[in-house]
Amino acid sequence: MANFMASVHVLLRPGIADPQGQTIERALPALGYEGVSEVRVGKVIEFNLEATDETEAASKIGGMCEGLLANPVIESYTWDLTSVSVDAARGGT
Amino acid sequence: MTARVGIVVFPGSNCELDCRRSFERLGATTEFVWHDDRELPDSDIVVLPGGFAHGDYLRTGALARFSPIMNAVVRHADAGKLLIGICNGFQVLCEAGLLPGALRKNEGLKFLCKWTELSVEVPGTPFTTRAERHQRLRIPINHFEGNWYAEPDTLERMRADDQIVFRYVRNPNGSLDGVAGISNERGNVLGLMPHPERACEALLGSEDGAVIIGSMLDHVMNMQPSPAAV
Repeated sequence: MANFMASVHVLLRPGIADPQGQTIERALPALGYEGVSEVRVGKVIEFNLEATDETEAASKIGGMCEGLLANPVIESYTWDLTSVSVDAARGGT
Repeated sequence: MTARVGIVVFPGSNCELDCRRSFERLGATTEFVWHDDRELPDSDIVVLPGGFAHGDYLRTGALARFSPIMNAVVRHADAGKLLIGICNGFQVLCEAGLLPGALRKNEGLKFLCKWTELSVEVPGTPFTTRAERHQRLRIPINHFEGNWYAEPDTLERMRADDQIVFRYVRNPNGSLDGVAGISNERGNVLGLMPHPERACEALLGSEDGAVIIGSMLDHVMNMQPSPAAV
């Protein structure tokens, strides 16, 4: 078994209004930051995962996203997968 | 013979007592069932009340479908019996796949707690037998995520199938097509963002919620064998 660290990013799907993103986009110019557009607000879900290899890990994460971590009706998801040593995966010293 | 109503209580539900009172005032008997139970009491109607089931962690309603009782709730719906999800219960039904679409944050990013006017778009359903077409009902909302959404082709199909049962007269939250309440294709499962159980007594400012709850009870009684046959 190999150990991975997964970072799942969930965002509202393109075309679904994101009022939080719009509000932030309107606020940034007040701080003097011009030229900001397409602000989207989502969530990051991180976890450690055991799998035989990266392919299996990816397959598991896809299933988790479809089944629970995202709601495919309104949300899209991407993820990063990093291979880690056992100690690091357990938060070891 | 009275209608028997099972009211599911999740950790975080907070409208179960209001539901009990309103259903009982209209002549039903009620029983609470804990989310961790596996079987429903004998129920003609099952209610998923409002609140914050499982803290609404991850997404509203997302975790409630993993409660052990939900298998029995699905069987109840599959048997064609009446199931209503009010507010958070509506969110649970969408997340559980018992109703189409999903509930997003309100368009204005505000928690809304106020009176709304609904229009009965489809009379004659088990939830609207006591209503006329386009009858207006004054019923309060109390939610942050009531902004319903579905894919355009899903919405079109639902319109054609008369599944858009209630619309807001003035859309308070950006809900697609002004949707306040929808049914499944079979017509026995309803999700409703407004709270009819909070509008069943004149003292509370409206009795219009009794149109919906009373319709359900009428539907159940009409499905019973006639007294002569018993």
